[in-house]
Amino acid sequence: MKILTGNDLKTGAVVWWDGVSWSLHVEDAIDAGDQAETVLAREQATRRVNAAYAIDAARDAQGVRPAHIKERIRALGPTVRADLTLKPADPEAGNWVI
Amino acid sequence: MYKYDSYDQQLVDTRVAEFRDQVRRRLEGHITEDQFKPLRLMNGLYLQLHAYMLRVAVPYGTLSSAQMRMLGDIADKYDRGYGHFTTRQNIQYNWIKLEEAPDILADLASVEMHAIQTSGNCIRNTTSDQYAGAAADEVVDPRPYAELIRQWSTFHPEFSFLPRKFKMAVIASDTDRAAMRLHDIGIQIVRNDTGELGAAFYVGGGMGRTPMIAPCINPFVPLDRMITYAEACLRVYNRHGRRDNKYKARIKILVHELGKEEYTRQVEAEFAHLLTQGVEPPLAELERIKAQFAEPPFEVGISDEVDRSDPDFALWLDTNCLPHKAPGYIAVTISLKPVGGIPGDASADQIRLMADLARDHSFDELRVTHAQNIVLPHVKKADLYALWQALDAAGLGTANLDRIGDIIACPGLDYCSLANARSIPVAQKISERLSPRSEEIGELKLKISGCINACGHHHAGHIGILGVDRKGVENYQLLLGGCEGADTSLGTITGPGFDEDGIVDAVDRATSVYLANKQGAERFLDTYRRIGMAPFKEAIYG
Amino acid sequence: MAEVQFRFRSDEPVADPGVTVDAFGAQSNAAAVRLEPGDDARDLLPHLGRLRLVEINFPVFGDGRGYSAARILSEAGYAGELRAVGDVLVDQLAYLRRCGFDAFAPEVPLDPTDADAAFTRYGQAYQPAADGLRPIWALRHG
Repeated sequence: MKILTGNDLKTGAVVWWDGVSWSLHVEDAIDAGDQAETVLAREQATRRVNAAYAIDAARDAQGVRPAHIKERIRALGPTVRADLTLKPADPEAGNWVI
Repeated sequence: MYKYDSYDQQLVDTRVAEFRDQVRRRLEGHITEDQFKPLRLMNGLYLQLHAYMLRVAVPYGTLSSAQMRMLGDIADKYDRGYGHFTTRQNIQYNWIKLEEAPDILADLASVEMHAIQTSGNCIRNTTSDQYAGAAADEVVDPRPYAELIRQWSTFHPEFSFLPRKFKMAVIASDTDRAAMRLHDIGIQIVRNDTGELGAAFYVGGGMGRTPMIAPCINPFVPLDRMITYAEACLRVYNRHGRRDNKYKARIKILVHELGKEEYTRQVEAEFAHLLTQGVEPPLAELERIKAQFAEPPFEVGISDEVDRSDPDFALWLDTNCLPHKAPGYIAVTISLKPVGGIPGDASADQIRLMADLARDHSFDELRVTHAQNIVLPHVKKADLYALWQALDAAGLGTANLDRIGDIIACPGLDYCSLANARSIPVAQKISERLSPRSEEIGELKLKISGCINACGHHHAGHIGILGVDRKGVENYQLLLGGCEGADTSLGTITGPGFDEDGIVDAVDRATSVYLANKQGAERFLDTYRRIGMAPFKEAIYG
Repeated sequence: MAEVQFRFRSDEPVADPGVTVDAFGAQSNAAAVRLEPGDDARDLLPHLGRLRLVEINFPVFGDGRGYSAARILSEAGYAGELRAVGDVLVDQLAYLRRCGFDAFAPEVPLDPTDADAAFTRYGQAYQPAADGLRPIWALRHG
């Protein structure tokens, strides 16, 4: 599947296109299919997202998983600071990242 | 230390207002991201993996305790309670919001700091020797010359859209502690046969994808012509540096392609012309700056003895402290490399503690080193034990300066959008594995970069590690034999790369080869230079 | 061709557009020339007497060679119009002005309020350039 990611313009937070708006959680990402370019152009022009791009991903039983390690790290947070990730209370949360 | 006068303060304040206006225009949609990007970069604001990242300038690595305390407060107020000290002697914050960035710049301006030109294709923060003003071997304190360059390069109207970034370093001793010859321009302040001070210009060094050691293009530029000479070096580069390929745009490529002689000829011609243009500040300006770097009021007749009865303290003293030019004083390096820690990171509380210790024990001064540590340059030996106890209690007492655990590592793929592989976990594993043998191994400078841009100085490591992306998987190349000092050399790749655990094993084996072959007081680097690559290769791949 | 949006001169503008450097060499009566980033401004120095307009083109704002070209012409005593054309943006105006540009014809017209703020924001500078501003070191040392 093709999913869309970028950063919130004001806060810089990593966000994912959920079909309606931009979510902090990669699990919410939807397959943008052939709409990717259209959505990216529209959302950036209206400044609802910054520096957005499309990436390959797959959906498995646990959720949506970006194909490349860089976006997997973006999805959760730095691998060396579990306390600063999106799921600091869950020690297993990062198992799929690397 | 340099104190702003009303002119300096007004420029920095104006910059804050200008950036606030630029951010407003971006948020309101008057300018695109493509147009805004160079503007935010020239204020040190990147968009990184997880958020905006702000790089704050620490000119020539020198800070007052009030400035250091502000860095800690900013970490708490605008970031997530920590900062990362960099190989450019700066500090970076990893979790910055664009809408708050102008307020951070305003807070910085209140303590005479800024983020001007910490990124972008312009003249960056000038680095220097972290022991400036304290080292016994310096000809003169190099920082006034670096400050003169800071002012000249700030908002330089002709050189703000160069082909590529431009880094300068100024030192004033033969022992090079600033990797001077690996800069776009390295300047060494020297004394000639008649006792006159001048500037030796080394141009066209750098790391990155094509590492080069800068050749000396002029061994003695008189100090009343130094800025004019730098202007000539930059103008030739701005006009003729390559702009067709960003990987060939640094000045090292221009100097290499033209040849040192032709580049120097063009600089000398431009210099002769610029001497007629009145671009040089008067020597009175250098004297004004110098007066602000006057020696602190060292006490005389105080004890030069240190009680070594605590063995942990004695080890730290022998490892992390450098002789001082004033009797009874010593220069202290605070390691930001606890065993298994993140190199260069410090919490807000640690930053404020170091500020307090500098206020109480080091004439209010701190330095950031290019090896990502902090120096208290002027500590009274009588205070040293108490100082060490305070540091140790805060996790800042690791005795490993220039040892295997004192690893330089860039933020890598944990934070950086340019990175191909993570650097920090590799540093952590090596530190954990080999720190127990730290004393046996002795001086060993290990440097890790997570991509070819070489922010982690891997080319200059006695052992260097370069992270690459091999079909979507992190892979690490090993280099041996690099060095950044007066005997600068570039490391050589050992052979095929390794995965994360493999690179740790390879480093372990390389240190074993050294220990098995070392003669007398040889360091790792000395043994490598004597016996060459072959025995290392055999142990690593055999 | 884009209109001149800002001009800091009182003389009559040259009506003709600038010719290329090559054409300028061949036309002994041309008074206006247009420099591209790769052109050498020093080729014009023998002809400053007949030059009334030099347009310096910025095809992309990040290519800063035009700043050096402008200063080289100013340093040689050129006193005709020095016009920045092409990808000229608000946040480049102050640097351009300091390098000697006294006319601006941006491809996309700029917001006049933003531009005015950019021209006037910094009253002082650390280094001398081509705008006659006394550098801060001169102010410090009288």
